[in-house]
Amino acid sequence: MKIEFVSVTKEFAVRGSDRPFTAVSDISLDVAEGEFLTLVGPSGCGKSTLLDLLTGLTLPTRGEIRINGVPVSGPGLDRGIVFQQYALFPWRTAVANVEFGLEAKGVPRRERRERARGYLDLVGLRGFDERYPHELSGGMRQRVAIARSLAYDPDILLMDEPFAALDAQTRESLQEELLRIWNKTGKTIVFITHGIDEAVYLGQRVAVMTPSPGRIRAVVPVSFASREGDLRADPVFGEYRHAIWTLLREEVTSVGQTLTQLGRPLGLPA
Amino acid sequence: MARPSLSSAGLSASPLDDDHLHSSAVTTITPIPQPVSPATGRRRSLWGVARRAFNASAAIVVLAAVWEILPRVQVVDPTFLPPLSDVLAAWYDLLRGGELVEHVQASLVRSLAGFGLAILTATPLGLLIGWYRPVAEFLNPVLELFRNTAALALLPVFVLILGLGETSKISIILYACAWPILLNTIAGVKGVDPLLIKSARSLGLGPFRLFQKVILPAAVPTIFTGIRLAGAYSILVLVAAEMVGAKAGLGYLINYAQYNFRVPDMYAGIITISVLGLLFNLLLVRLERRFSTWRTT
Repeated sequence: MKIEFVSVTKEFAVRGSDRPFTAVSDISLDVAEGEFLTLVGPSGCGKSTLLDLLTGLTLPTRGEIRINGVPVSGPGLDRGIVFQQYALFPWRTAVANVEFGLEAKGVPRRERRERARGYLDLVGLRGFDERYPHELSGGMRQRVAIARSLAYDPDILLMDEPFAALDAQTRESLQEELLRIWNKTGKTIVFITHGIDEAVYLGQRVAVMTPSPGRIRAVVPVSFASREGDLRADPVFGEYRHAIWTLLREEVTSVGQTLTQLGRPLGLPA
Repeated sequence: MARPSLSSAGLSASPLDDDHLHSSAVTTITPIPQPVSPATGRRRSLWGVARRAFNASAAIVVLAAVWEILPRVQVVDPTFLPPLSDVLAAWYDLLRGGELVEHVQASLVRSLAGFGLAILTATPLGLLIGWYRPVAEFLNPVLELFRNTAALALLPVFVLILGLGETSKISIILYACAWPILLNTIAGVKGVDPLLIKSARSLGLGPFRLFQKVILPAAVPTIFTGIRLAGAYSILVLVAAEMVGAKAGLGYLINYAQYNFRVPDMYAGIITISVLGLLFNLLLVRLERRFSTWRTT
């Protein structure tokens, strides 16, 4: 499934002001079928707005988002979403959570259970079917959430900082796992993050976003001769990392200058 | 938001108790059962039961002893507070004479009818109000006004309009029970995590399915908290209602015994109503736990 953003702008009305707030401005971007694209940028740069637009929960003020040529007009089961805060239903067991999307899709009961078990297996949670979310660790909950989004077989997987709330080790193992799942299922993945390392590690291309208003500053293709061993220690990884850091920092400095000119303190993102 | 523990389920509070009227949503915490090996588990659980029984009853035993001894040594006048043993003997006589059963039955019918009708009417109404934001905003001032008006203050109005019969008694119980259920249901529906709603909407769920699959199950524990509080109210208000123009019921028994200076009978009635309320509350706490096992932290 191919995704096209065609000069997409989203504005929000601001209370007590007649000038609207521009969350994202004139975004044009193509994502190829089966591609793993990461979107990196500081908080408040409009990443999540972009994802909401892609979900169809909100519609663009101007421009259009097309999936396989068809404009997005609302939510649908062709896109699966994984949220940072898991968004699991606490009254449902792990397997029942995975079944949720299948119920929405109208899959018969018996097949539902079987498919849900299969996907829990895929994310490495065999034997945890009957656990409730509060009985699982953060990493396991996010695995359940990923299984839930994969289970109804969407063509596109949208991930909104899914590993941001996890500890470093769990995050790294889930990143690896996600790449394995992506290789196995061939989904198109749009992955939002504020971590440069994560963006470089996961993405085939990294779209760098800058704030106020949210724009895509550059799209950096990432490729490694080999992904064997400790990829993050690879000098090439460091070069990508630095290139993206520079892209983000230049923008911050220029914004910072305007802010200092206005007499306000300069806030650098972490 | 107030967070009383499970055991302080509102029995000790009078219906005028501000705190309980304001605790519209209450969270309960259920521990995850820890597996123990069968052999040590049984021994430990026996020991545990014994210890818990002691802990739970120690204060009661002290209270009973004080009640028994103070009138006997004439610290308090036994005419107005007979020793516990006399009260228990009077209770036994009432039971044997069949009088007590008759009163308990009359009371239970009223309580359960009012309580049941309150569940049937207040839950759907609360779901509706909670779900349609404009309705909630429109009704909110009225709800605030009524929930801060003690139900018993309206008893004369009920008697005036509905007469002295069963209708007014059941109605006042229905009225008193409806508030905690209504307010908790509204709070439950409004308090559903917006992320869960977003997550379900992103799957293309329509409003009806969203309500059925997300809003309702998410609100069940909060609704049940309201039902448990209503259970306590149904007993509390009952007694007062039965003191006005009743011919049977525990409230009547207490009042009638006092008029006729059958003081031990009066205390027997009071003890019966306490135990009844306690049992009813225990039952509802059990039910509540069953329906909210998933809700922790």
